[in-house]
Amino acid sequence: MSSNGIRDRVAIVGMGCTPFGERWDKGVDDLLIDATKDTIASAGVTVDDIDAFWLGTMASGVSGVTLSKPLKIDYKPVSRLENFCATGSEAFRNACYAVASGAYDLAMAIGVEKLKDSGFSGLTGVRPIGDGTDAALSSPAAFSFLVPAYCHKYGVDPDELKQVMSRIAWKNHCNGAVNPRAQYRKEVSIETITKSPLIAGQLGVFDCSGVSDGSAAAIVCRVEDAYRYTDHPLFVKALSFVAGPGGGAMDPDYDYTTFPEVVRSAEDAYRQAGISDPRSTLAMAEVHDCFTATELVLMEDLGFSERGLGWKDVLAGTFDRNGELPVNPDGGLKSFGHPIGASGLRMLFECWLQLRGEAPPERQIDSLARGRTLGLTHNLGGAPGECVSFVSIVGPEPSS
Amino acid sequence: MSAGILSWGAYLPYWRLQRAAIGSSLGVPSGRGTRSVASYDEDTTTMGVEAARRALADLGGPVPADLFFSTPAPAYLDKTNATAIHAALELPIWTSAYDLIGSVRSAAGALRSAHAMAGEQRTLAVVSDLRTGLAGGPEERDSGDGAVAFVFGDGTGGDRVAAELLSHAATTAEFLDRWRTPGDDDSQLWEERFGQEVYVPLVESACTEALKRAGIVASEVDHLVIAGLHQRAVQASRTGLGIRPEATIADHAPSIGNLGAAQPGLMLADILEQAEPGALIAVVVVADGADVFLFRTTSELPSLRAARGERGVPTISELASGGGDDLPYARFLTWRGELRQEPPRRPDPQRPGAPATWRSTSWKSGFEASDCIACGFRHLPPARVCLRCRAIDQMERVRLADAGGRVATFTVDRLAYSLSPPVVGAVVDFDGGGRFRCEMTDVDPDTMRVGSRVQMVFRRLNTAQGVHNYFWKARPVETGGSVEGIGGDRS
Repeated sequence: MSSNGIRDRVAIVGMGCTPFGERWDKGVDDLLIDATKDTIASAGVTVDDIDAFWLGTMASGVSGVTLSKPLKIDYKPVSRLENFCATGSEAFRNACYAVASGAYDLAMAIGVEKLKDSGFSGLTGVRPIGDGTDAALSSPAAFSFLVPAYCHKYGVDPDELKQVMSRIAWKNHCNGAVNPRAQYRKEVSIETITKSPLIAGQLGVFDCSGVSDGSAAAIVCRVEDAYRYTDHPLFVKALSFVAGPGGGAMDPDYDYTTFPEVVRSAEDAYRQAGISDPRSTLAMAEVHDCFTATELVLMEDLGFSERGLGWKDVLAGTFDRNGELPVNPDGGLKSFGHPIGASGLRMLFECWLQLRGEAPPERQIDSLARGRTLGLTHNLGGAPGECVSFVSIVGPEPSS
Repeated sequence: MSAGILSWGAYLPYWRLQRAAIGSSLGVPSGRGTRSVASYDEDTTTMGVEAARRALADLGGPVPADLFFSTPAPAYLDKTNATAIHAALELPIWTSAYDLIGSVRSAAGALRSAHAMAGEQRTLAVVSDLRTGLAGGPEERDSGDGAVAFVFGDGTGGDRVAAELLSHAATTAEFLDRWRTPGDDDSQLWEERFGQEVYVPLVESACTEALKRAGIVASEVDHLVIAGLHQRAVQASRTGLGIRPEATIADHAPSIGNLGAAQPGLMLADILEQAEPGALIAVVVVADGADVFLFRTTSELPSLRAARGERGVPTISELASGGGDDLPYARFLTWRGELRQEPPRRPDPQRPGAPATWRSTSWKSGFEASDCIACGFRHLPPARVCLRCRAIDQMERVRLADAGGRVATFTVDRLAYSLSPPVVGAVVDFDGGGRFRCEMTDVDPDTMRVGSRVQMVFRRLNTAQGVHNYFWKARPVETGGSVEGIGGDRS
């Protein structure tokens, strides 16, 4: 695919992230204001200093007024966008391009989602009026196809794979347990995870991410302006977004052991960033662990593990916080829940903290000490066979 | 030759309710055996579609010119229900479709109408019933659900008539033996002896007249089909008709119950699957008077029957003795709306849009895929741009409703809303190509296997804001008997 990339042309100079959870005490406006307050404080600017805004939300509001009204933005461009579960990342990508183009000097990307006010369990999307023939399968069911497919293709015993999935949940809950912004801040034993009631296929309750409210934001500018705002900017190395042809469900060649969209966006991002071996290069990765089986497949699609060997790397602790390549050191969707519009920026916020040495000592990744500097964020939206994928790579230093 | 029956098809739902399960739940005597139960995703329209598919399955030749659908339990009022059957069968716009709905007797009207309109053009009569009753009562216990369909024609163009109609006679009277006001699910009955007294002479008169019109004496009748929801009247009438007692054919009520409006047709179809050529069959419908049809089977019957067997169309005996008889009574009550269970904390299903549904009729009702002319890739749902070669608008439609398939993979979904959780989702690879992910039905999640044979069935996914969302699901072949093709050219 032919993307030109904007490596080292845009920098993040401020970020903020609210605590995620069942925020009965906060409305959409409150979450947006809270995230904005932290973010402008982080960059040392006022709302008035920002030239343009990109708001990502799937269903918590429509139009730029969703943001301009609570913040009382004075007649400036505010775009509202949605792109499945990559919505927050998509806001960030567009803001980056806006400043890179020179159209604006300072832009803010902000994501928000208020899922808990609906009173329903799980995600509730509003779909266009259709012909009623879409399968009624739930999201966990759509992703549960990954499990038997992986076992079958690589000859992994289903019980063994259940242990692999449980270990992913266990790892992410361990990481979330020490993160004050996480929705779930308790370690969960592997046994509890493994024995949790089944939701769909072999996915149990603890194989699924939670449902929460939250907001996160980033302020970006061109790199030459970055040090006016902070001594420690994060440089954008790569931004890749792809939407697939969505034919997996009708394609007999699709075998439910990969997300081709993720493979394409990862390849594109690595090319933009000049990375040849992500596993030995990246300091950390925040990936879209909507389900534990998703995270397993992502380890292979993102090139962290050889095909068919991701499960062994999981069991070996490769992706633990102090492993070779920490994955979801903040606790992931598993610990944070998944307020759609906010998740991508929440992932970026973890890079902001970790790569700039601001994560508290009890949860710092030690890959930095091994000389690694780059962080990756990844979102997946949709379902196996029909999805969008986003990959970004950021780092605290300009590339040499 | 005068017009007669060219073909028939019957459908019985998979599920059976043990009458003992009613008794043990309610602490009342409830008898033995089972009744047939339409699943939560079936109604009289969907059962009618399945019966009609079987009637047309081995037929070939032109499509029916008229469709008459009769049921006392219609899925819709105002709107014609026969049009949904018409669409699922992909009949052409030139085929008319009419409902005769509300009363049990209308079924006889549907058969008469189809016969009367048959000539050079074929006609199709479909009768379907879904019977319920108050918990623990005889209506609930003794009735059953199912559908039957007949194709009529006069033998034009090489059509082979299985049984010709020799005569028909009817008597009519206005009296209350059973009734149900619109909106009620449960019928009310007057004291049975009253109905018996009124019915017997009406039945005898109709029968005498029908025999006279055919020039036949009662003792010549080889097979007597006599059916009605008034069991005492049926029993009492039978002996006074002058027809040999051994001519009375047994019904399958012990295992499936009395199918109400569909009962006479089911019994007729049953005897067509057994009778010798040249046999005289009297069909007596006891409902608000009596209708008597006299049929004579033809010499074509044995070979027509053999052809059905070769095509894998199940017989009524096979259907009646099959099914899953472990349906819990509480689940039956839930399906019938008698027991309201706590729903999941999920939004109500959205109703399908009328324009979107209309645009996709050939997919939603006809289950037509699109094949890329350029590279051959098959798309379900149909697409305009080819997934494989990206050719635009180079597609031809192909109906897959009648194609068999195999389960490529599946999942058990305990979160998705259903009246009958858990939902089983399957990825189906069709014979001859094409893959689709859909819901399974009539299936025990524990018996799902990769590689299992499935067939597509027309079902109701849900009902939202009064709109029935009909679409196709897959079901294991072993639970339904196979239907390999409804035949007929589409011109």
